[in-house]
Amino acid sequence: MGDLSEFSFKYRLFLKTYPWRRIDPVPWTPLEKPLRECNVALVCSAGFVAPEQKPFDDSIRGGDTSFRDIPSDVDVPTLVESHRSKMFNHTGMREDPNLAFPIDRLRELQGSGRIGQMNHRHLSFMGSITAPGRLKKRTAPEAVQRLVDDKVNIVILVPV
Amino acid sequence: MCNQAVGLVAAELERRGISTVTVQLLRMVAEKVRPPRALWVPFPHGYPMDTPNDPEKQHAVLDAALKLLEDRTLTPPAIIDYHPQ
Repeated sequence: MGDLSEFSFKYRLFLKTYPWRRIDPVPWTPLEKPLRECNVALVCSAGFVAPEQKPFDDSIRGGDTSFRDIPSDVDVPTLVESHRSKMFNHTGMREDPNLAFPIDRLRELQGSGRIGQMNHRHLSFMGSITAPGRLKKRTAPEAVQRLVDDKVNIVILVPV
Repeated sequence: MCNQAVGLVAAELERRGISTVTVQLLRMVAEKVRPPRALWVPFPHGYPMDTPNDPEKQHAVLDAALKLLEDRTLTPPAIIDYHPQ
């Protein structure tokens, strides 16, 4: 696993011919202080929404590039997964959202002192975005501004 | 697609001065998109933290990710393979 073998021939062909967006130049921010002093946030692309939040819209051509703030005190089992892809098995993350959005694990890292603190919010995207222009130009900068405003030092990003 | 989406968000974060580590499920995509700091995990899609309801295994992935941030020898783009115990 971790390669193309888990997918159908048709989807493997799509992945091999898709024009992946190359990051160039690659930006780099070295970590300037110990983890135990850092404010850490998560970014997840499994399309999780908190109770009462609007689900992601799987009818948008090219993908829904919006995102949701997920409060760090959320009751993790109440998160609702709404990723639109039918190309992989959703069973595990529906059973345990930490599998794709490890909020409980981050709480434990805060409790043990391995990290300074977890940010008061994390961000949830629905990652099945084939046309990422709007993500690059609008929603990613908006999302990042929130974490800059929160004085986040580290973000761990988790795709599905 | 998820691997690309989080990579693009990671790049924007690093441009704004926030250090990132991006879990990646497809090495091929990581090599093409080039998120700044990537941990490639050998798990199927939908299982980026290894196993549901297994905090120990999930912590092992997170710990490997955090160690990339502490590794001052890495240069961008860094793609490091995760080896489950």
